[in-house]
Amino acid sequence: MQPGVGSLMGLVLARDLRLAFRHWDQVIQPLVFFVIVTTLFPLAISPSLDELRGIAPGIVWVAAMLASLLALESLFRPDVDDGTMEQWTLSGQPLSLMLLAKTLAHWLLAGLPLVIMAPLVGYALGMPESAWPVLVGSLALGTGCLSVLGGIGAALTVSVRRGSVLLALLVLPLEMPILIFGARAVDLAMHGESATGPLNLLAAMLLLFISLGPVAMAAAMRISVES
Amino acid sequence: MPNASASGAKLEVRGLHLWRGERHLLRNVSFAVEPGELLQVAGPNGVGKTSLLRCAAGLLPVESGEIFWRHQPIAAQRDTYHSELAYLAHVNALKVDLTARENLLFGVGIRRSVTSEEIDQALARVEIPHCRDLPVRSLSAGQKRRVAIARILLTRPALWILDEPITNLDVGGIALFERCMATHLEEGGMILTAAHQSLLAGRSGVRTLELH
Repeated sequence: MQPGVGSLMGLVLARDLRLAFRHWDQVIQPLVFFVIVTTLFPLAISPSLDELRGIAPGIVWVAAMLASLLALESLFRPDVDDGTMEQWTLSGQPLSLMLLAKTLAHWLLAGLPLVIMAPLVGYALGMPESAWPVLVGSLALGTGCLSVLGGIGAALTVSVRRGSVLLALLVLPLEMPILIFGARAVDLAMHGESATGPLNLLAAMLLLFISLGPVAMAAAMRISVES
Repeated sequence: MPNASASGAKLEVRGLHLWRGERHLLRNVSFAVEPGELLQVAGPNGVGKTSLLRCAAGLLPVESGEIFWRHQPIAAQRDTYHSELAYLAHVNALKVDLTARENLLFGVGIRRSVTSEEIDQALARVEIPHCRDLPVRSLSAGQKRRVAIARILLTRPALWILDEPITNLDVGGIALFERCMATHLEEGGMILTAAHQSLLAGRSGVRTLELH
């Protein structure tokens, strides 16, 4: 009996999380990168919180975007290299859902830690406490978008040797709207204004990416595997 | 058990051509595999055995020619075809950080529900029950191959497509695998394989396709 959609995605998710827990060192890399990059700015610009406060939303968001990009390289490559992905495309099961489950695991490991760490980083950059909920909310939605969008790029470039630079060139321009709305939401919240508009837009983008992204990922992955 | 004995279960390839870059690799290859038959693809290195197997599995798009499964083109029924097929490549598709048991649990689990007892039985059948809870990283190349074979046994598909299945297997392993293949053929299964040594030589229903 074939497993249902839920148990199929559960299996993929459980497998990826179990694999990740056996490689803690790799899992925490994006988080450490995020923290280090955001600490560089006070050192380079000025430790004065008044100056940092103005650019804090931008710093946090650009750092989150780059950290998420850093983790993308290892999203599909190990599975493609050892032949697992080939077995998945030959399983007769919907590849799009399996890749969506993989992307979800990737977000839990590379995106969620950034979201949790963000208030601390914001605090270090002089962000007022009142902006934290919007910071966390915008990053939660935004890193989700980045994971799915990045997943499409990763599936396309996975068969290219040393494809990480190509991946960055491909994905970063497409991620700009997410950065713009995400940073804008935090900026509005810091000035005590309502951030509902950009947050709604981010949520709409996330829904769009989750509904259409897996189809694109599966199509790209089939091209990469069938070569 | 394989439901290959169902009527019309057969793999048929007609007039297959394949180019790799400028090279005309496969020239008008045609064959059919009926239930209970093993077709061994033979030929020197680089002649296109792996490409042929990948085409037959639907992993490589064919440029000209047709591939039928149960008299239907495979392109029109990809998921059905794939659910009745197991493909063993050069690589074992095992996660080295997971144990043999976990690898089978996830590798087979995405295709059908599998219990721990079934996994234990399959590992016993490939004669490595003691490797159950060892990470695959610590297994020898031959033991890894046996885990990959256990995955096929557990998946229980009608058609096996095997690329150099006995690589790294010792004498006992080859004999064991030939027994598994014989059982599969007796149950009405089909096997398409590329191997340098002839497998199940002399058995009825075993044919060789020479590529030039």
